[in-house]
Amino acid sequence: MRKSSWLLWFIPLLFLGLFFLYPLTAIFGLALRSTGQGWTSFPWQRVGSILGFTIFQAALSTLLTVLVGLPAAFLFGRYDFKGKKLLRVLSTLPFILPTVVVAAGFNAIIGPHGLLNLLLMQIWHLGQPPIQILNTLAAILLAHVFYNTAVVIRTVGSSLEQLDPRLEQASRTLGASPWRSFWEVTLPLLRNSLASAALVVFLFDFTSFGVILLMGGPQFATLEVEIYYQTMQLLNLPLAAWLSAIQLGCTLILTILILRRGGGLPIPVAPRLSHSTNRQIRSRGERVFLIVMMVLLVALLVMPLVALVLRSLTKLDVVRSGNNAISGFTLQYYRELFINRQQSLFYVPPVEALRNSFFYALAASGLALFFGSLATYAILQKSRWNKFFDPLIMLPMGTSAVTLGLGFIIVFATLPNARDYYPILIPIAHSLVALPFVVRVLQPALASIPSSLKQVAATLGASPWQVWFKVELPIASRAAAVAGLFAFTISLGEFGATAFLSRPDIPTLPVAIYRFLSQPGSLNYGQALAMATILMALCALVMLVIDHINTVNR
Amino acid sequence: MIKKIVNIMVLISLILLIGCTKSGPTQLNVMAHDSFAVSEAIIKEFEQANDVKVNIIMSGDTGSALNQAILTKASPNADVFYGVDNTFLSRALGADIFETYSSPILKDIPDQFQLDKNNRALPVDYGDVCINYDKAYFAEKKLTLPQTLDDLLKPEYRGLLVVENPAVSSPGLAFLLATIANYGPEGYLNYWQQLRANNLVVVNDWNTAYYTNFSGSTGKGLQPLVVSYNTSPAAEVVYATEKLNEAPTASLVGPGMCFRQIEFVGILKGTRHLALAQKFVDFMLSRTFQEDMPLKIFMYPVNANASLPVEFTKFVQMPEKATFIDPEKIATNLDTWINQWRKTVLE
Repeated sequence: MRKSSWLLWFIPLLFLGLFFLYPLTAIFGLALRSTGQGWTSFPWQRVGSILGFTIFQAALSTLLTVLVGLPAAFLFGRYDFKGKKLLRVLSTLPFILPTVVVAAGFNAIIGPHGLLNLLLMQIWHLGQPPIQILNTLAAILLAHVFYNTAVVIRTVGSSLEQLDPRLEQASRTLGASPWRSFWEVTLPLLRNSLASAALVVFLFDFTSFGVILLMGGPQFATLEVEIYYQTMQLLNLPLAAWLSAIQLGCTLILTILILRRGGGLPIPVAPRLSHSTNRQIRSRGERVFLIVMMVLLVALLVMPLVALVLRSLTKLDVVRSGNNAISGFTLQYYRELFINRQQSLFYVPPVEALRNSFFYALAASGLALFFGSLATYAILQKSRWNKFFDPLIMLPMGTSAVTLGLGFIIVFATLPNARDYYPILIPIAHSLVALPFVVRVLQPALASIPSSLKQVAATLGASPWQVWFKVELPIASRAAAVAGLFAFTISLGEFGATAFLSRPDIPTLPVAIYRFLSQPGSLNYGQALAMATILMALCALVMLVIDHINTVNR
Repeated sequence: MIKKIVNIMVLISLILLIGCTKSGPTQLNVMAHDSFAVSEAIIKEFEQANDVKVNIIMSGDTGSALNQAILTKASPNADVFYGVDNTFLSRALGADIFETYSSPILKDIPDQFQLDKNNRALPVDYGDVCINYDKAYFAEKKLTLPQTLDDLLKPEYRGLLVVENPAVSSPGLAFLLATIANYGPEGYLNYWQQLRANNLVVVNDWNTAYYTNFSGSTGKGLQPLVVSYNTSPAAEVVYATEKLNEAPTASLVGPGMCFRQIEFVGILKGTRHLALAQKFVDFMLSRTFQEDMPLKIFMYPVNANASLPVEFTKFVQMPEKATFIDPEKIATNLDTWINQWRKTVLE
């Protein structure tokens, strides 16, 4: 194997080894040594049915997400239309929201007293809310599509923007129908990024915790939920470790399968750098497509967000007492955020929580991009070690947050003055979760750069550094921006591992939101929604800026 | 060998990242679950009086925090642990994580709260998990209130009660324990079966139950009865958007309907600041803290000398007789009880 490949692997693997494999082996080791509580025989039947349901809901969710996401990716990757930037940002926002907030959003729209239900009840004069899907499988699927459509839009969309449209045009000129040129030219070229996106979405759904718990209700359990129960409620570490191992094993097998099939042969095509060739909406068919997709995306992804914002601006006591949901406009919940009314030691000034969350997210995305790009380059070196290392990179996504969090605690919280390291450990934990994502986004983009381009540049006298800076970077920057963006948003919304390492003097936004939601009272609920709204608004701003820079630079 | 190298590397990298260590007053680390809260002023007062800096480490919910303390007992990163309740008390004592400390203030605390006779876990606060009801709903429908657990099986309350899943929710577990205390380990499943037949609604967590399903909260859901805390009505008043003179909700405190939760504090074995840790425990049992705490975490003080805030005396209903189950019994049967409950109610 080539030397450079070793060097490239070494750094990300060291990071992974230290902060992922080491805590993981520590917790597994502890599980092996402890005896567990009253666990005599392995509950095969129960574990089997849980595993079955976990795979079933993840597969179904992924399928639905791709069904919505693929046409949406086409819309964003191929066409220019009014409101495109805004819609793209709005469709990415779900990612940053902690599950409690998303649950609150869905409750505000399709809950028993949600806006949609109220509307339907008024139109048809119903006594009962017609839509009652909270706590059903449908709610789980809906929430998963809500969360993950952005992954497909962004990953596949950015590959699509890079595709040379002339290939498709050539096939059309040669007499192929639009369908045929889509199936036989465009789709095969997108196979790599589509496989990456589907894998990531599947893994997110496979290890889903909050959505299952809050949207699905008690009759549904995934492996992740069961691990949480066995660990936290019963402290049955051996069984929890077994379940964790099963989850990791599934992640590994699936990654290998998908990488072999989907990522087999990336087809290098001369990338298109400017998106000036994006089409305007012209024909009637295109207009219908645009309208249908806009309505679908707004209904699925934007409505719950809007409902959240509306509720944060409504006097909630009015919601309780009357039937008219949209009355009693107020900014009280926003004002209240800035007052420490109870003189509590743990009062969180919103500005401070925002600042902490942003710094953590910035650090996490920096780390994830750094290690992720090294790993991606290592993968592209095509050594035989890739077979082992590439799936290894994906493992953090298949790891239960509870397991990893406890591993972190065992290894790092026992160090002297451990508390001082928490501000470092938090972005590290976040970057671990984001790392697989970064690699899966960068890899198809970098692989699609034809080596002839680099060779030409080198022949013309460019140093390797220049080749990288002038040829690869501009092409990869779009993918890198997508990867960085998701790392950033993953960090902002992450709560599982953060809950283990949280320090009340350095609060993050999700932690602050949870605090509000853990006590009764409309003021608490309103403030949680207000805080979430501020988080969304700022993230939307950041994303708009990133998207803007990304277009201008091209 | 490898483990050693890894350990050293972790240490070095972290130290490099952190830079130099801080100096200053002694640091006292207090591990707590994430519902803990306290006034800034009284902590500052304690810090000044003892020349110490108090660091609170939040470690997730009750179960999560305790498990972390147990798993790191070989080299604990805190001196004091607050927040183990009677449901998990026996696990904490079994894992032997606490030092014995017979605080002089224990004399002000009634015996009924001192579950650990060896004074390793000292009671701090208590509260009852009860069913809350939506006053407006019952007034509007002219429905009488259920007085006992049996009443909940009556057809007029069909589909009106929402409870949390005891496998993942602390109030959910407490309510399950209330039914076990009432009907015994043999009879409680039969009760749940009938409850289920009466269209019981089960959700996973308190948040969903209270904010989505409960009609008395801002979510204005479909169920006017929810398992919550007997102090929730007070919180509704304290955290009302517009000043309320009356709570919109109240608790059902009929015989056997509530389950009492007591929360404890303990000094973690291996602390290097034993004297300070003891002072902090005294502080938590003192009147200052005990009178500050109710409106922060909405639990009752255990110190008999502590006076209650007016919100508690006005809006909170107390059961006449608290329902208990021996912590040891809970620890041994927890898994079985929850599993049987799951089979009966969910499958």
